[in-house]
Amino acid sequence: MSEIPGDLKFLKSHEWARVEGDGKVTIGISDHAQGLLGDLVYVELPAVGDSIEAGNACAVVESVKAASDVYAPVSGTVTAVNAALADKPETINEDAYGEGWLFVVEASEPDQLNDMLGPDDYAELLEDDGH
Amino acid sequence: MTSKTILNDTHRALGAKMVDFGGWDMPIHYGSQIEEHHQVRRDAGMFDVSHMTVVDLRGGQVRPFLRRLVANSVDKLLKPGKALYTCMLNAQGGVIDDLIVYYLAEDWFRLVVNAATRDKDLAWIVAQAEPFGIGVAERPELSMIAVQGPTARERVLGLLGDADAARTGKLVKFSAAELPGTAFGDLFVARTGYTGEDGFEIVVPEAHAVALWNALLEAGVKPAGLGARDTLRLEAGMNLYGQDMDESVTPYEAALGWTVALDEGRAFNGRDALERQQRDGVPRQMIGLVMDEKGVLRHGQKVLTAQGEGEILSGTFSPTIGKAIAFARVPAGDVSGGVRVDIRGREVPVRVARFPFVRDGAAL
Repeated sequence: MSEIPGDLKFLKSHEWARVEGDGKVTIGISDHAQGLLGDLVYVELPAVGDSIEAGNACAVVESVKAASDVYAPVSGTVTAVNAALADKPETINEDAYGEGWLFVVEASEPDQLNDMLGPDDYAELLEDDGH
Repeated sequence: MTSKTILNDTHRALGAKMVDFGGWDMPIHYGSQIEEHHQVRRDAGMFDVSHMTVVDLRGGQVRPFLRRLVANSVDKLLKPGKALYTCMLNAQGGVIDDLIVYYLAEDWFRLVVNAATRDKDLAWIVAQAEPFGIGVAERPELSMIAVQGPTARERVLGLLGDADAARTGKLVKFSAAELPGTAFGDLFVARTGYTGEDGFEIVVPEAHAVALWNALLEAGVKPAGLGARDTLRLEAGMNLYGQDMDESVTPYEAALGWTVALDEGRAFNGRDALERQQRDGVPRQMIGLVMDEKGVLRHGQKVLTAQGEGEILSGTFSPTIGKAIAFARVPAGDVSGGVRVDIRGREVPVRVARFPFVRDGAAL
């Protein structure tokens, strides 16, 4: 398992969010989540311009083993999607916190980020999951 | 209580992710299922299949017993060492299990049956064998390693003494040889498999299984998990018991008609039901599907055809083809124009394709 970057926040359902310099929020799935899913083969992303709502499924990641919904950690408008994943979904397996990002949101309610887990709390959650 | 094969610690030391498979703690992959899949298609991989059940049948009446037990005809087995893929059926023609029968001697046949169906299989076989007065002995002290891929045979032969290698090298497909007293004990080597690649399934005494595994590793054979085994066998168009057929399905409804022999005068279990179905028409069929759109076909998804609804049986992403492939059971009738599959509420058009989907390492 790779180190959890300190600037990320997490949902219990294993999505991560990073607030970028311009205030926009990048969303992905955690390294732990990609490990559980195994080799990813397909990613269904929202479209640029879509409105998404915190807590709702807004993307799907599919591995050989299973399809898994990705839940939006914050509400807002999608401003960018990682189109490179269409041809190389395995990028998520290789670099879940970097090149494997899913999409970027202009958050309408940035306070929602405060409800997310910090890196230490997320690491603790994974330990409590009992490995 | 979860069972473990003798290779359990070896898998863990190799970094395997372990899962429960029919009550067995087995490796699903050792890092990447897709890489392991390609390794088997392109070079050689090995699978611990020690969870499978080896049953030896002994006695003068074994062949007559098997004539009744299984739907394929053991009278096709003329030379010792030859193997036969078949199903054993209940009285309704439903599949109790699929298995391989090896003919070793007139008073000794060996069965290899599935792990998940072990208990019911043994109970059924013992009950059916009773009037024939034969011995039915499970061989839990034997492990099994499947070595599969285009270079699998040469890598295995390299571990054997000259005489054994010569004999084993001459095995034709779907036949087996006993190799007593090798460096790995008494081996039983069969040119069979569940991947669509050439290779061997090696039955080895438990005491020698780890040594054989490590020797194969040393010879360049990479470990592969049950995940890759599943995608390989589906590409190869091979059924998985419990998913593609079960006791509610006849071989004709599971694309296994080729394993049924309606040879003259042989009363096998389920024959009446099969003949009735032949006469009245088989109500359902198993078809192969390839999806050209992105996404993955999965077990349980609804399939829509002009004749009515069916469902996806085995479905997965095919690493060799780069698309989703599946088996589906649908109502009888023409589906050559394609079907639609309900994927999370979206009806996606899907092509009906012949299987095997992949042969000799390449998409068909």
